[in-house]
Amino acid sequence: MTEQVKGNPWFIAGFLLVIFLLGWHLFTLRPTFEAGGMTEEQLQMMEFNGDIVRGADGAFKWNPEKEKVRGVPGPLAVLEKARTELAEAFQIKGTNDHGIAYLVLYTVSRFAAGFLAASIIAIMLGVVLGLNRVLFRAINPFIQILKPISPLAWMPLLLYTVKDPKWTAILVVFMAALWPTLATTAFGVSSLRKEYLHVAAIVQLSWLKRLFKVILPAAAPTIVNGLRISFGSALVAVVPAEMLLGELGVGYLSWIEWNNLDIAGVIFAILVVGVVGVVLDSGFNKLAGLVTYQE
Amino acid sequence: MSFLHIDHVSKYFPNPSGDGQVCIFKDVTIKIEKGEFVTTIGHSGCGKSTLLNIIAGLETPSEGGVTLNGREASGPGLDRMVVFQNFALMPWMTVFENIALAVRSAYPEWSSEQVTAHVHKYIMLVGLKGAEDKRPVALSGGMKQRVGLARAFSIEPKVLLLDEPFAQIDALTRGVIQEELIQMWNTSRNTVFMVTHDVDEAILLSDRILLMTNGPDSRIAEMVHVTIPRPRSRETIIEHPHYYKIRNHIIHFLVRHAKHGPDLDGTSPSHPTDGGPVSVSFELETVMP
Repeated sequence: MTEQVKGNPWFIAGFLLVIFLLGWHLFTLRPTFEAGGMTEEQLQMMEFNGDIVRGADGAFKWNPEKEKVRGVPGPLAVLEKARTELAEAFQIKGTNDHGIAYLVLYTVSRFAAGFLAASIIAIMLGVVLGLNRVLFRAINPFIQILKPISPLAWMPLLLYTVKDPKWTAILVVFMAALWPTLATTAFGVSSLRKEYLHVAAIVQLSWLKRLFKVILPAAAPTIVNGLRISFGSALVAVVPAEMLLGELGVGYLSWIEWNNLDIAGVIFAILVVGVVGVVLDSGFNKLAGLVTYQE
Repeated sequence: MSFLHIDHVSKYFPNPSGDGQVCIFKDVTIKIEKGEFVTTIGHSGCGKSTLLNIIAGLETPSEGGVTLNGREASGPGLDRMVVFQNFALMPWMTVFENIALAVRSAYPEWSSEQVTAHVHKYIMLVGLKGAEDKRPVALSGGMKQRVGLARAFSIEPKVLLLDEPFAQIDALTRGVIQEELIQMWNTSRNTVFMVTHDVDEAILLSDRILLMTNGPDSRIAEMVHVTIPRPRSRETIIEHPHYYKIRNHIIHFLVRHAKHGPDLDGTSPSHPTDGGPVSVSFELETVMP
């Protein structure tokens, strides 16, 4: 017998977050610069090296620019970075310096284009293979070989053939999203319960009705499972694709900030990727709930 | 020419253990008149469901064929509707949609109002008013099969094929639905072919009961006429003097064929050697009320 577990999960989650942030803060904390005990020469040397700067009050303090790459920035530094980035979310300052809102938009549309195209093609092909056992067995070895290839491995070839990083990024997402949906759709359709097809055959549904009223709805839960795996792998693929191709987006943001040696910016970019993923995922789950059924 | 004629039908499956073929049943001939209710009883694996699927057109016979109303019936069609053992309702559709799917196909020229009215009529008939918008997952086994019956009767098929329709329903509900089936059949008078394990069910519902020997290589050995007048009900039928005679006869047959197996069937006096089943009928005059 399982006992009734008491407690508020939100409270525990909040508590863990506070512990984490506090630990992060304490471990990355640097004591303020103490000039006491140092000779004038030493101080001049440090100022010359850019380790310290003279503040408005005339006292020395650590150079904030150099602090950015000294160790891991603390939560307050990341918060500060997030505040400035969100304040200019809708600004376009240069070719490679678009506000965070634009970057999210680019990534989401790139992701959506690749994922939707892959899903439509994978479902269509999967239904054909699922309905034709011989064809399924003929094509299956190819699927098995192509499925485990990392979508990023295709990138040089895709870049070489389509010659456009924009399309290459979408195609990398496409390759990431194609195989899981294709394999599960074919499996789902081929293992449909026979009675559904028997009923469809007895009441003489046309093949179009058979497809849309019986086969696809019946296989929907399995197809959605495949889409869910595709969704995750496409989301994972879009970030390195942007980095490697230099296409503007939240994945690329992390790389730009690394090139700027702005570690707080890198952490901020990571968090944005996480938030975008959660939002897309919950949207997907809502859609998935509409087409699945209980037996 | 009888209405539904199952003409020398045999079915072989490829042997799963190697080459060669296994004979499921051989040379089955059944003639069913219009409006007749005929049931086949046999042990599991005797091929009675395969036989039903062949009549439905869902499986093809290895030899022989089926004619309905003088025409060959090959492939599934709206004239031979099946009520499935495991209901075969689409779980993503509501009760209404499940029935409407069949009705729309059977009467493509109907307007949506006509379809709706027709579906509601049959939902009322099986006592599922108020459950139209429920999905099968929310229904009990008995209610699911009521939907299955409503779907089957709603397209007014020439032949109704019942494949152990009440096997997955609890005993108390089973009796109630059997009587509902009698009432629906009394008004519609479809020709019915049913397969079942349940001897009482067969006697209650059927005009004739065909007894199948055990598989593989099974045949229809006997044909028992249910000489109990209609209308029948579960309560009164057991009072009829023929009831236990028929019941005992069938149970003896089933037990005998379970014990001996098919290799000894040739020695059984009831096993036909010349093809046709032995006709068994309990004469009315032998019974004193």
